[in-house]
Amino acid sequence: MLKFWLLTVAVALGLGVAPAAQAQISDGVVKLGVLTDMSSLYADLSGQGSVIAARLAVEDFGAAKKGMKVEIISADHQNKADVGSGIARQWLDAEKVDAILDTPNSAVALAVNQVVKDKGKAFLVSGAASSDLTGKACSPNTVHWTYDTWALANGTGSAIVKTGGDTWFFLTSDYAFGHALERDTEAVVIKNGGKVLGKVRHPLNTADFSSFLLQAQSSKAKIIGLANAGGDTTNAIKQAAEFGIVKGGQNLAGLLVFITDVHALGLPTAQGLIFTEAFYWDLNDKTRAFAKRFAELDRGIHPTMIHAGVYAATLHYLKAVEALKSDDGTKVIAKMKEMPTDDPLFGKGTIRADGRKLHPMYLFEVKKPSESKAPWDYYKLRATTPADQAFRPIDQGDCPLVKK
Amino acid sequence: MILGIPPQALFGQLLIGLINGAFYAMLSLGLSVIFGLLNIINFTHGAQYMMGAFVAYFLLQYAGLGYWWALLLAPVAVGLLGMLMERFLLKWLYSLDHLYGLLLTFGLGLMIQGLFRNQFGSSGLPYVMPAELTGGRNLGFMVLPNYRAWVVVFSLALCLGTWFVIERTKLGSYLRAATENPALVQAFGINVPRMITLTYGFGVALAAVAGVLAAPIYQVNPLMGADLIIVVFAVVVIGGMGSIIGSVVTGFGLGLIEGLTKVFYPEASNTVIFVIMALVLLVKPAGLFGRAQ
Repeated sequence: MLKFWLLTVAVALGLGVAPAAQAQISDGVVKLGVLTDMSSLYADLSGQGSVIAARLAVEDFGAAKKGMKVEIISADHQNKADVGSGIARQWLDAEKVDAILDTPNSAVALAVNQVVKDKGKAFLVSGAASSDLTGKACSPNTVHWTYDTWALANGTGSAIVKTGGDTWFFLTSDYAFGHALERDTEAVVIKNGGKVLGKVRHPLNTADFSSFLLQAQSSKAKIIGLANAGGDTTNAIKQAAEFGIVKGGQNLAGLLVFITDVHALGLPTAQGLIFTEAFYWDLNDKTRAFAKRFAELDRGIHPTMIHAGVYAATLHYLKAVEALKSDDGTKVIAKMKEMPTDDPLFGKGTIRADGRKLHPMYLFEVKKPSESKAPWDYYKLRATTPADQAFRPIDQGDCPLVKK
Repeated sequence: MILGIPPQALFGQLLIGLINGAFYAMLSLGLSVIFGLLNIINFTHGAQYMMGAFVAYFLLQYAGLGYWWALLLAPVAVGLLGMLMERFLLKWLYSLDHLYGLLLTFGLGLMIQGLFRNQFGSSGLPYVMPAELTGGRNLGFMVLPNYRAWVVVFSLALCLGTWFVIERTKLGSYLRAATENPALVQAFGINVPRMITLTYGFGVALAAVAGVLAAPIYQVNPLMGADLIIVVFAVVVIGGMGSIIGSVVTGFGLGLIEGLTKVFYPEASNTVIFVIMALVLLVKPAGLFGRAQ
């Protein structure tokens, strides 16, 4: 009888001790959901590449060796806020997803931001740009990695105004991202003594910019600011050449340009473009090593800053989960802000109270065809803005999480 | 100033609208030919337009054959593919409701687009404008790119040429007769199924030619057809499905209206054509030039 009870107690203890380390990770699995644009204009700069980046991060974190089970799923939000928030809701409610990653398209990201906050999970934004994510819409469940419209405006906008481009005309994508980028860049232009002569709003995913370019041309502004991204930017740049815009003395400022856009345009058309990015695959040996692994998995395409951001954010998230031994969204995000970040792609950095990740931002210029020695060898580095100056000061964002 | 816009700017926008209208007219011509003569609602049209652009890209990239070759070869290549599609897939659906043809072509269009996007991504591929057509002409109120002027001229010629063949030649009359009464026409010794296949191929070739024309100015992009096809369908519905002159006139007209919208209220430029379509369908369901069936 005693033997029986001893055995029972021993078994109970054994059962109780073994999963204790996993006891606070919900369902024993850390489940990550990559919510992105898989089929439309942002699919190359984000899309399947973001899923690959997340997988590489899980691999490099060594989840298997540490006994942590990590699963990755993905879905296409089709650039629609209702589809995106519907998927997010289903993931967080029914499919036990713990963290949502990436989400290009600021309108979708802002909607998902709210859903994640309501459910107390984690949202690691790499793709979306709106600086409202760490401003009016900041949340204790969201980290905004990679870049935002404020950093772009201050990087590109101020560099251009300082070199003489003091009159602007904006071509703006008519949704949350375009409006935010236009607003932040206009503020920079005016602060540096420039003037905005006009703006025109075009629908997202416009094929033909001839009419808008004509309006920009007749404004006689020195700089035509493209407050759009992806296919919209490349179409506008390509068609500007037809209308003799650059020959007529005006210049285009791509406010958000990715290496996949430069690849799509080709160097003859894209040469001379100046813009701000958070990452370039050819910056150092670590970024080059990552790019090689990434390209092998993604049909030779080299990683954009969004892909790099998904990798780095996932890595830091997993480190925080490991330290906390829990995947409770709010707690992990708080831990991520507590721990300084260190990854091969962005180096050392920190995450602020409003969710803003800080790292240096780089001003790049696209090389001339004669200067490029290999495929994807597209950028030369013009300037580096240190992390403490690259992003909006924490007290200027109207974020309710920040104590005044 | 006309309504707050200087007249020069307005003329510039109208001209742009006309150029866009040329694309709409060319694409809706193909659709109209296929629907008017074959009673097939060809939702693959957008994918075939995209394939035309891609064939032009491949010809340049892999065979070194430039734009002018592409204008000739791409419609032939895509037209042949279209004829194969008609021979092996579409011909089974002629006796059925329109809807089946719509579903089949829609599904095919999605599949083709998906395959291309899987292979080539969604950012697009560069296609160099032919050297003879670069540059522009300063008209005073705007710089008119030579290439866009060429597009208008070419598409007008193509539309008028097609209209002439179908409405004024013997071949065209056989075709129109075959649509109304295939059995009788066949009894006269004319090979009706072959004529139908060739006509479908021709409509598809029209889409492919539009694709080649689009390649230098829009990105050669797997998604280029999807964006355009919905608008083109609206154009065809407004013009009257089956009316060739209707789709040409409506194409140019709607291009102009869209151009004006872009000046006065650009945010609505995506939707104005559909608003007009709704209004026209309420007042004249067969379309502006259509015949009630």
